[in-house]
Amino acid sequence: MRINKTGRFLLFSCVLLGAAGCSNFEPWVKPYERDRLADPIMALDTDPVSSAYIQHVYEAREGARGGEGAAGGGCGCN
Amino acid sequence: MQHFRSIFVLTAALLVSGGSALAGVLPEDRSDILYHLYDGGGVAIDGPSVLVRKQVGKSLSFVGNYYVDMISSASIDVITTASPYDEERTQWSLGMDYLRGNTTMSVNYVSSEESDFDAKTYSFSVSQDMFGDLTTLTLSYALSDDLVGNSSDPTFEREVDRQQYGVGVTQILTRNMIASLNFTTITDEGYLNNPYRSVRYLDPGAGRGFSYEPELYPNTRTSNAVGLRAKYFLPYRAALEAEYRFFTDTWDIESHTASIAYTHPMGPFVFSAKYRWYDQTGAHFYRDIFPRAEATNFRGRDKEISPLTSNTLKLAGSYEFIGDTKGWRFIKRATVNASYSLLSVDYHDFSDISAGALLGEEPLYDLEADIVQVFFSFWY
Repeated sequence: MRINKTGRFLLFSCVLLGAAGCSNFEPWVKPYERDRLADPIMALDTDPVSSAYIQHVYEAREGARGGEGAAGGGCGCN
Repeated sequence: MQHFRSIFVLTAALLVSGGSALAGVLPEDRSDILYHLYDGGGVAIDGPSVLVRKQVGKSLSFVGNYYVDMISSASIDVITTASPYDEERTQWSLGMDYLRGNTTMSVNYVSSEESDFDAKTYSFSVSQDMFGDLTTLTLSYALSDDLVGNSSDPTFEREVDRQQYGVGVTQILTRNMIASLNFTTITDEGYLNNPYRSVRYLDPGAGRGFSYEPELYPNTRTSNAVGLRAKYFLPYRAALEAEYRFFTDTWDIESHTASIAYTHPMGPFVFSAKYRWYDQTGAHFYRDIFPRAEATNFRGRDKEISPLTSNTLKLAGSYEFIGDTKGWRFIKRATVNASYSLLSVDYHDFSDISAGALLGEEPLYDLEADIVQVFFSFWY
């Protein structure tokens, strides 16, 4: 089975990310230095029910959509 | 209510991504009871939204949301080509997050119903913490099946299939700053125009110099959006947030969105202010008036796909009446929240024909809307 150029790139990226995830990576912001990022005022989506509503209003009034999700928030400060 | 149909996948997906805000940690157990009001441009919409989230065991969290829009519309479209109407849209969703190590998998189902429009959305996302939990990568996919009806023709039924692909990266940059980059591609296929809306064209034989014909949209649309957001912790405990988004689609709509927000806690209170600016070009088949009937293959006069600029100023306040240290029975923390937003939209190529001015002398349309949200939040 031949994999095209895009497929090879995606496969390589996945392997690289997977390997990086398993390695002993030294974070430049240590877990004990994340107290400010753990403050509720720093949440990327403080109130999901409220932000979903306002998103709904904008998408009804404007032509654009997407690109505004608060995907992830790797604070690691639990 | 056709205005609200395209929103639905995105709102659903937002709830899902909100659920996976921390990949290595399940979302907090929380309930929100919200009342929302939108009033502007002849349209008044209000209703409740209730969200309940509860963790079961160590690795599962369930979320449910019930949402209602009660719509009373006498918008510029409605008063110029139809009659004012009342409508209700009901939406509910169920979702589940599963945490395993540094990975969170989420599934979500959303159903929306109104008298002439039904939509169902299924979505799935995976979030992975990596690089010492400094980075979170999220991949998401949503599939939506919509059914478009027409209240004046019970036999009218058209389908729309919509797929959404999302990739998001959230990155801790310094001990004071976090940023996220999100990319979304959405494809639509099916009946994308509004069965009620008309376009106008020059007609010297008509009394006002123009007549109407039904709009006709392409059957497909693909859009791409990339958004960058950064939030910074200020030294005196306050937060500053900036956001930019670029959007483009196969209808030639191109838009820029920029916003800046400031959050300031004071004891049990948290105050915030946000300013948002949005600007878009019009779709290639949009015209305020066409030179003749059936002048182009596709035609639309929906003001939402016309060139426009909008500005929003939002002020919000929150009061914590049950605090983290004491709690009350099973409730650890509770807040009451209120916000007011003033949305103003200037349309650059959409004439206000409701005033009855002569053809060619009609003023451009603009609207201002008041948006109010009041809600209680409980953590347990």
